[in-house]
Amino acid sequence: MNEMTSLSRRGFMIGVGVAGAGLTISFMGGFGPALAKDAGTAPEVNAWVHIGRDDVVTIRIARSEMGQGTLTGLAQLVAEELHCDWSKVVTEYPTPGTNLARDKVWGEMLTGGSRGIRNSHQYVREGGAAARIMLIEAAAARWKVPAGECTAKDSVITHGPTGRTVTFGAVAEDAAKLAPPTKVPLKDPSTWTIAGKPVKRLDTADKLTGAQIYGADVKLDGMLNASIKACPVRGGKLKSFDQAAVMKMPGVRKVLAVHDDAVAVVADTWWQANSALEALPIEWQGGTPYNSADFEAELEKGLRASDAFVGHKRGDVEAAFAKAAKIVEATYRVPHQNHACMEPMNATVVWTKDSCKAWVPTQDGMSALASVAEAAELPVEKCDVYKLHLGGGFGRRGSSSGDHVSQAVKIAMSMPGTPVKLLWSREEDMEHGFYHPTSRALIRGALDADGNLTGLHIRIAGQSILAALRPEALKDGLDMVTMQGLAPADLAPGMETQALKYTFPNLLVDHAMRNPPVRPGFWRGVNANQNAIYLDCALDEFAHAAGRDKLEFRLAYMKDSPELQAVLKAAAEKSGWGKDDGVHRGLSAFYSFGAYTAACAEVTVDKDGKLKIQRIVAATDPGMAVNPQQIEAQVEGSFVYGLSAMLFQEITFVGGKVQERNFDTYNSMRIEHMPLVETIVMPSGGFWGGVGEPTIAVAAPAVLNAIFAATGKRVRHLPIKDQNLREL
Amino acid sequence: MKKLRVNGQAVEVDADENTPLLWVLREQLGLTGTKYGCGVAQCGACTVHIAGRSVRSCVHRLAAVNEGEEITTIEGLSKDSRHPVQQAWAELDIPQCGYCQPGMIMAVAGMLNHNPDPSDEDIDLEITNICRCGTLARVRKGIHLAKTKTSAGEPA
Repeated sequence: MNEMTSLSRRGFMIGVGVAGAGLTISFMGGFGPALAKDAGTAPEVNAWVHIGRDDVVTIRIARSEMGQGTLTGLAQLVAEELHCDWSKVVTEYPTPGTNLARDKVWGEMLTGGSRGIRNSHQYVREGGAAARIMLIEAAAARWKVPAGECTAKDSVITHGPTGRTVTFGAVAEDAAKLAPPTKVPLKDPSTWTIAGKPVKRLDTADKLTGAQIYGADVKLDGMLNASIKACPVRGGKLKSFDQAAVMKMPGVRKVLAVHDDAVAVVADTWWQANSALEALPIEWQGGTPYNSADFEAELEKGLRASDAFVGHKRGDVEAAFAKAAKIVEATYRVPHQNHACMEPMNATVVWTKDSCKAWVPTQDGMSALASVAEAAELPVEKCDVYKLHLGGGFGRRGSSSGDHVSQAVKIAMSMPGTPVKLLWSREEDMEHGFYHPTSRALIRGALDADGNLTGLHIRIAGQSILAALRPEALKDGLDMVTMQGLAPADLAPGMETQALKYTFPNLLVDHAMRNPPVRPGFWRGVNANQNAIYLDCALDEFAHAAGRDKLEFRLAYMKDSPELQAVLKAAAEKSGWGKDDGVHRGLSAFYSFGAYTAACAEVTVDKDGKLKIQRIVAATDPGMAVNPQQIEAQVEGSFVYGLSAMLFQEITFVGGKVQERNFDTYNSMRIEHMPLVETIVMPSGGFWGGVGEPTIAVAAPAVLNAIFAATGKRVRHLPIKDQNLREL
Repeated sequence: MKKLRVNGQAVEVDADENTPLLWVLREQLGLTGTKYGCGVAQCGACTVHIAGRSVRSCVHRLAAVNEGEEITTIEGLSKDSRHPVQQAWAELDIPQCGYCQPGMIMAVAGMLNHNPDPSDEDIDLEITNICRCGTLARVRKGIHLAKTKTSAGEPA
């Protein structure tokens, strides 16, 4: 990586004219300091750890870094057990092909669901500990002393009785020859010195100078560039295109159909390719002329339909409604939304009849490899994927969304031996997303004469992600993901980390599945985002109708979850909940991805309806905290992601075409919209919860509830966009 | 061939005059630190300086660049990452995915060039870059931190 960058700079320094001259470098097959510096000289100690003679510790990271800090967090866990010098740590991604060839020694590579650390902490720590044990054994053997007399600290092994020392680098080759230990005890987290500490990220330096190479920046020897357009109407096909009209444009090398629904232009530079694509006469045919506006009526009907999958049932809701002193009803609505990663989709591929190599910013190396092999029409053993840090992922670059990878392979197959980089335009990225599913919810609450919530029915009508992407995962037709944060813990394996932590005496949560012809996808936070809006805004409405304090009301239904109570109290208290100080506050608390989160938002709405989100106090309990300052960063970022969606974001289809084709119509929060965020990280220990996603769930409901406190108006249709908060 | 001055060096580029400066930098000159995010001057990932002022290079055609104008990209902002903004960014560990950060850093550095002591209101008006990961809270802190470094006389 560094070598690549320095070569680019050198190319520039010697003066560059036309494309390519002096700039290109050859990839040797992979990235990473160990491969670049030390390949073949010092063997790895084990799959997770390579130590060079220069004492540089290379830690292998199976998951993908997309901003969430998993690279640093996972390295901290390995380094903690390894007892190495943190300042000598670098990281590299093993390739998915190597993982496959080595019997998946690095486990799964999927990076999603806030699982990077919580699903792999055990085996990465064991990897670090095993390596330490082997290094100590190697040193002990060299000194002919019992290993039990030796200790390791900061990459130095010391023989206690004699005080002799040796560095990891000096014994790494010997250690590599030893059999791995059968017993690998792990440290008590209370003794951690690297993990659990707010260390700086390992990937910051190159991100400050432009040296970080993303997929969009990859340059291979002799590489050409491609831009693509798929049929803008979902389900439509490519009918024809007039390549003669653009073949004489500067730099154009090739115009070709890709699959049966897209056309690409390959040129010397991407700008040339995209300019020619813009000028290319294309005819499309077919597709579904879907209109978002029409579908709203379908969703509305779904709110009262009889065909709903029951996700959570407890007690007798109908009896509670029959006896209710007061019934409160509200309908909320969320639209389709796009991930809009800052780095548009891309992949760079070299195909020959014997091999296919792809450079892909992917959240899931293994599925990217599968996409490559399938498209390349080659055995998977003849393919490999080189991962790069992602310019945003948010679920768009996950396991079921390799559309751009497949396209890039097909383009490269038309030019055997020539590397081709496919980069989507922003417009392509907006038009061909895997969108955060749209849904509505009708929430009904039964209140008794004392203002107790005796019955709660949440009816969701909306799109299912699993029905589209993983139908085999449906449970008797139910998409469990639609129950995220509302589910009983035993709904299905894994759902205990997505369970409802409130206790309601009589509860029904059901889902009327209504699937429009739109690709849905996993979108940072997934359905916890909608479900938290539905539940937590409704609780606010019920508390108001009952004339009860909104904090007290919520806490009354959290009696079985001290953790959820604790985060909510912490956020409310720090914000000054209950103070008569003219500040308009709103609360939210939710459990998802194994973590407890809460927020107290403070807003002002001026007489013209202009909203200013002043401050948000957030609290999170992820159980174990591997890097508190990175957790704070993820919490802060979650408000940008969640509130951008709440404020601005909606994908609408007219005649099957996406109307919002760039950030001018699909806005994202700017710094002027950004509140002060104060984060309370309060790990209670004993469990491993997620960090990158859970806080998004509480962002919108806390602010929506604060808007009500400020105005007495409920925003129930999202996004807020240009709704006047004084005239709802 | 068009003569440009980029990061203190004289270079010649052979590109259509309609080509946005962004793509000249990235594809002709190999300066890939400047990013493509939207192509319509919305996100700011492509921000560079021309004569010290922030420009969204995705809509700034090569034809609009005057010969001899000093163009500065993230790669040329400082030697060894010592610009006050880069120092502040490192201190607060601001980047997440980092893709928008070259543009963010250049936009902030450009603001500080003409307004060394911006208020929060100034920041709201001038820094309009998009960051999808959500570094915006830290970016504001970073700007205020970078101000102190500028006044301390760090090399700009």
